[in-house]
Amino acid sequence: MAKKVCVVGVGLTKFGEHWDRGFRELAIEAGVKAIEDAGISGKDIDAMYIGNMSGGRFIGQEHIASLIAGELGLNIPSTRVEAACASGGLAVRQAYLAVLSGKHDIVLVGGVEKMTDLSTADVTTTLAGAADQEWEGYYGATFPGLYALMARRHMYEYGTTREQLALVAVKNHENATKNPIAQYPFRITVEDVINSTPVAEPLNLLDCSPITDGAAAVIVCSEEVAKKLTDKLVYIAGSGHATDTLALHDRESLTEIKATRLAAKMAYEEAGIRPRDVDVAEVHDCFTIAEIMAIEDLGFVEKGKGGKFVEDGETKLDGSIPVNTSGGLKACGHPVGATGVKQISEIVLQLRGEAGERQVKDARIGLAHNVGGSGATAVVHILERGW
Amino acid sequence: MPHRSSVPLAWRRFEARYRLVGNRCANCGTVYFPPKAICPKCRRKGKLEKCQLKGEGKVYSYTIIHAAPSGFEKRVPYCIAIIELDEGPRVMGEVVGDLALLDIGARVRAVFRKIYEDGEDGIIHYGLKWELV
Ligand SMILES: [Zn+2]
Repeated sequence: MAKKVCVVGVGLTKFGEHWDRGFRELAIEAGVKAIEDAGISGKDIDAMYIGNMSGGRFIGQEHIASLIAGELGLNIPSTRVEAACASGGLAVRQAYLAVLSGKHDIVLVGGVEKMTDLSTADVTTTLAGAADQEWEGYYGATFPGLYALMARRHMYEYGTTREQLALVAVKNHENATKNPIAQYPFRITVEDVINSTPVAEPLNLLDCSPITDGAAAVIVCSEEVAKKLTDKLVYIAGSGHATDTLALHDRESLTEIKATRLAAKMAYEEAGIRPRDVDVAEVHDCFTIAEIMAIEDLGFVEKGKGGKFVEDGETKLDGSIPVNTSGGLKACGHPVGATGVKQISEIVLQLRGEAGERQVKDARIGLAHNVGGSGATAVVHILERGW
Repeated sequence: MPHRSSVPLAWRRFEARYRLVGNRCANCGTVYFPPKAICPKCRRKGKLEKCQLKGEGKVYSYTIIHAAPSGFEKRVPYCIAIIELDEGPRVMGEVVGDLALLDIGARVRAVFRKIYEDGEDGIIHYGLKWELV
């Protein structure tokens, strides 16, 4: 029988513009915090997986998995995992598989991105590398542009409104006011979103996740190890991963992320639960439309009714399924490679009852959903409280 | 960005980018544009042959870009759309012409245009845009 896998430690830096701190300082801070939170020592770690989208473009540095191991004084196997904005979630999955297989007992997963050393145009160009460069990027399509094409089509097919999109950002900013690491811990209104600078119509600046520096880390280990460290066991009950074409125009539908639907199915089946069993979820809201499609594709609400679901307050902190309690990518910030690991951290804090003012009452099952590019990668994890 | 300045890269896409030559699988009949290296439906059983597309279709979805990537800064605002070609495949591209006609379902046809320049000394990239008719 396969081993059971737990998460025993989480570590996060503040998300934001860290002009005074570099890539390695951020990575080390998150890693050390996770090690301390787990109550282990650096020498206990068997292997590391590091989620990072584009060290090469953002800071001109490749080979970053060894860089971080070297800075920590460790000579253990350390592997970089890249799947654009899903790099972090996919790194968690690699650690999960490594422990599940019995090969490693204690694995550190890091996610890190240092984005603010570049100009906004260069960041936009780098992020566009997650799209099909030869057939999308060539013609001047941007990342927000791809999601704008999905938004336009979702509005056309299902009558999703400009206001419903804005309400996603409003909710996530509200949640961010309760999260000490959030980049934008302040409230905004629907009018603020609708009147903000257009980026790729119908999406405005306040529909978009920001450019962020930050790092997150978690310690993934076997159940046997976890039982020695804590009474509050948090299990990774299910993990799913699926892919699709990079180019948006090659997909059958613009109003669903098929990879999300498939990864979710894999994770739900492995965990033996249904969407309605989920108490709290971190979903990939790189743009407001992405959260609406995510809650549909994850099965929290029927396809096409996501906008109304948000409008009805079902995804708020006191709603039937609180979504993005951390503030999401929108307001907590989106250091691309770190995001998927931060989502796992947030769910662990929620399940342990350590989420402070944003705590969801009696959260037992949490879901984390991480997307790469315009949906060519999706990773879904289901975490479950073990007490 | 170095990859864009690559002459061989620009050269090996001429047929598709300049003349709208895609491919068609002789096994399942599916038409592909941009052309594929393997038929994703039939894989090794498939047989891809060149296929000239007419260059007519309709807008499937569209956006107006205001924040551009490097090389496109001077073009904003511009319209990027997914075009559904009459032969079936969908393709990304810029829509030009009278944008008052722009809507989902609006008819377009391919026109040959400059796409962007790699700075003052770099390659000038050409290709097809989609004119509203
Ligand atoms: Zn075929």
